[in-house]
Amino acid sequence: MAAYPAWDQDSARMIVAGLAHLEGATLPILHALQDEFGYVDPQAVPLIAEVLNLSRAEVHGAISFYHDFKTTPQPRRTIKLCRAEACQALGCETVVDELSRTHGIAVDSHHAGDAAVETVYCLGNCALGPSALVDGELIGRVDAARIAGLCQHGRAQ
Amino acid sequence: MSATPVRIFVPVDAAALSVGAEAVAQAVAREAIARGLSVEIVRNGSRGMLWLEPMVEVETAEGRIAYGPVAAKDVAALFEAGFTSGGAHALRLGKTEELDWMKRQQRLTFERVGIIDPLSIADYRAHGGFKGLEKALALTGGEIVEAVKASGLRGRGGAGFPTGIKWKTVHDAKAEQKYIVCNADEGDSGTFADRMLFEGDPYLVIEGMTIAAIAVGATRGYIYLRSEYPHAHRTLLRTILKAEAAGMIGASVMGSQHAFHLEVRLGAGAYICGEETSLLESLEGKRAIVRAKPPLPALQGLFGKPTVVNNVLSFAAVPWIMDHGAQAYADYGMGRSRGTLPIQLGGNVKRGGLIELAFGITLREIIEDMGGGTLSGRPIRAVQVGGPLGAYLTAEQLDVQMDYEALAAMRAMLGHGGIVVFDDSVDMAKQARFAFEFCAKESCGKCTPCRIGATRGVETMDRIIAGAEVPKNIAVLRDLSKLMTDASLCAMGGLTPMPVLSALNHFPEDFDRPPLPLAAE
Repeated sequence: MAAYPAWDQDSARMIVAGLAHLEGATLPILHALQDEFGYVDPQAVPLIAEVLNLSRAEVHGAISFYHDFKTTPQPRRTIKLCRAEACQALGCETVVDELSRTHGIAVDSHHAGDAAVETVYCLGNCALGPSALVDGELIGRVDAARIAGLCQHGRAQ
Repeated sequence: MSATPVRIFVPVDAAALSVGAEAVAQAVAREAIARGLSVEIVRNGSRGMLWLEPMVEVETAEGRIAYGPVAAKDVAALFEAGFTSGGAHALRLGKTEELDWMKRQQRLTFERVGIIDPLSIADYRAHGGFKGLEKALALTGGEIVEAVKASGLRGRGGAGFPTGIKWKTVHDAKAEQKYIVCNADEGDSGTFADRMLFEGDPYLVIEGMTIAAIAVGATRGYIYLRSEYPHAHRTLLRTILKAEAAGMIGASVMGSQHAFHLEVRLGAGAYICGEETSLLESLEGKRAIVRAKPPLPALQGLFGKPTVVNNVLSFAAVPWIMDHGAQAYADYGMGRSRGTLPIQLGGNVKRGGLIELAFGITLREIIEDMGGGTLSGRPIRAVQVGGPLGAYLTAEQLDVQMDYEALAAMRAMLGHGGIVVFDDSVDMAKQARFAFEFCAKESCGKCTPCRIGATRGVETMDRIIAGAEVPKNIAVLRDLSKLMTDASLCAMGGLTPMPVLSALNHFPEDFDRPPLPLAAE
C-alpha cells in the first residue's frame, strides 16, 4: 500500500533539522525518516551525527539495535504476524507452516517481491489471535489464506 | 423528542477493529441515513468482552443495550428489528451493565472504558474525570505522596514495588529538572490493558502522570509507547493536543502555578525497553542497553535527573485514589496486594478479555467461570501467567489466588496480570525452547548470562527435543538456568528460566524424549 519515494538526502536533511530540537531526538528522527522513505539509508548516519553532535558509531548503533529500523528499501507491504505465546496457543505456528507449504511464503525471509511477512512478538490482541498488523491496521483471527491474500495486494492480476 | 439523536456505540478499540468494527460503524451510519433516522455514533473503547466484539450498544431509556458480535451484514436486520430502541434480535445480549462478565467486576481504573467517548474531555469530566487532579492541586507534593503510600498501590508493571515510596524518593531529591516517564512498552504476550486504556480512556493516564508531576515537582513527562500499537499512538497524539488546549497540561496545569509538558515517544520494536533503565536509554536516543542499579532512576533517571518511571496502570490508578481516598483503595485486595488488578485473559480461551477485580480471585475462577474454558473445547493443559518471563502452571495449580505473594510462593509471578491459556495440544519442551529463543532475540546484550546463556539454552533444548542424552542435557539446562537467574543484570535474563523450569518441573513427560529416528531415506 505504502509507495515510498526514493531516498533523497536533501529532504532527509530537512526532516533531521526539523526534529533536532527534541530531547533525545535520535528515535523520533529515525522514525520520521523511515515513515518518509520506508527505511533509513546509511547516508543518514553522518547527517544525524552532525546535527545531534554524536559520533557516527552512536547513530549506527541506535539504528542497528532496534528491530523496526531497516537500512534497505522495503517491500510495498509488510505484514507483521504475531508469534508470541498467546498467538502460539491459537495456532500461529500452523499459520507459518501453511504459508510456507501451501503458499510459498517464508516468514522472515527477505522477499524480492512487493510484500513480506515478518515476525513480531505481541500486538496486544491476545484474546482474538492469531493476529497480524497490516498497513497499521490490526487483524484478528487470521489464517494463512488471508495473509497470502494480503500479500497479493496491489500486484498485477 | 424525535429530534434527539439515538446514541449508538461502536468500539474503536484496536481489538474490536481487528474483527470488523470499522465496517460495522460504517454500516450503521449508512442504514441510519437510508432510514432517515437521527443517530449519533460514538466510537467508544471496548468493555473488555473481546469475544463479543464488535459489540454495539444502544442508549435507551432503561440503559445501554448490547448486541454482539455484530458483523456489518447484520446491521440492516438489526435496524429492521428496531435495535435503536432496544428491540429483540438474535444478537441482543441485554443490558450491558447486567451481563455476567460486567456484574462480577470491580472497575476502578477501567470504570470509564467503553462508556465514554475516549477523545471527549467533556465526556471525561462528566464521568468523574479531573476530580483526582483537582484534589491533588489543593495538596502539597508531600501530602500526595503520603496518600499514594497509604493506598498500598504497588507498581503494576510486574515488579510490584510500592509506588508511593518511589515517588517519595523523587520528591525528596533536589534537582532543577525532574521527569515523569510512563512505561507504555507493553511487550508481554497476553497483556493488552495499557492499550485498551489508551484507546478507551486516555485522559486518565495523563491525569495520573500530571498528579505524579505535581507530587514530585516534575515539569516534563514522556509516555514511551511501543511501536506495535499504532492505534493507541494516534489516539494519544490527539489526546495530548486536546489536553493542552483545555489547559489540563502545559504551562499551567488547570490554572495552577504547576507546569507539565507531556510528549509521547515511540519505541522501535525492542522488548527490553519495557525494563525501566533500558527504556530511559532509549528515550535518550541510545541503544537500549540496561543500566546497572544503583543509581536508582528515582535519583539519576532520564538525562541523569530524578525520574518517576511507572507503568501505565500504576499512573491510571492514582486519580481514583486521590478522588476517593487512599483508604477506599486499600480496602480492596488481600494481604500486601491492595486495590484492583486489571486481568487480561487470552490465548486458547472461549471468552477472552479484560477483567478488573480486587486481588484475590483464583486463576480457576477467571479461566473457567469468566473465560468458559478453552476455545478449542479441549482440556486445559498449561497456563502462563505474567508474560513470557512468567511460569507455566498446570491445570491442577489453578486454585492459586491472584496476589503477588501467593504466586511468588509457587515460583510463579503475577507480572502485568496477563493470563495465557493452552490446551492439551501444547508441547511444553517447545515452549521452553521458545522462552530461550525469545530471550536470545530480545536480550540487550550487556550481560553475558543473558546474551550467551539464552543461545546456549536454545541449543540445549534442541538436544533434549531431539532425544540426545536427555538426562545429561537436563542437568545442563538446570545449571544454565541457575546461572542466568543468579547472575543476569536485569529481569530479562534473570526470569527467562522461570518459564523454562516451570515447564520442566511441571511437565517432565514432554522433556523425556526418545532419540529422534534418523531422517528416513
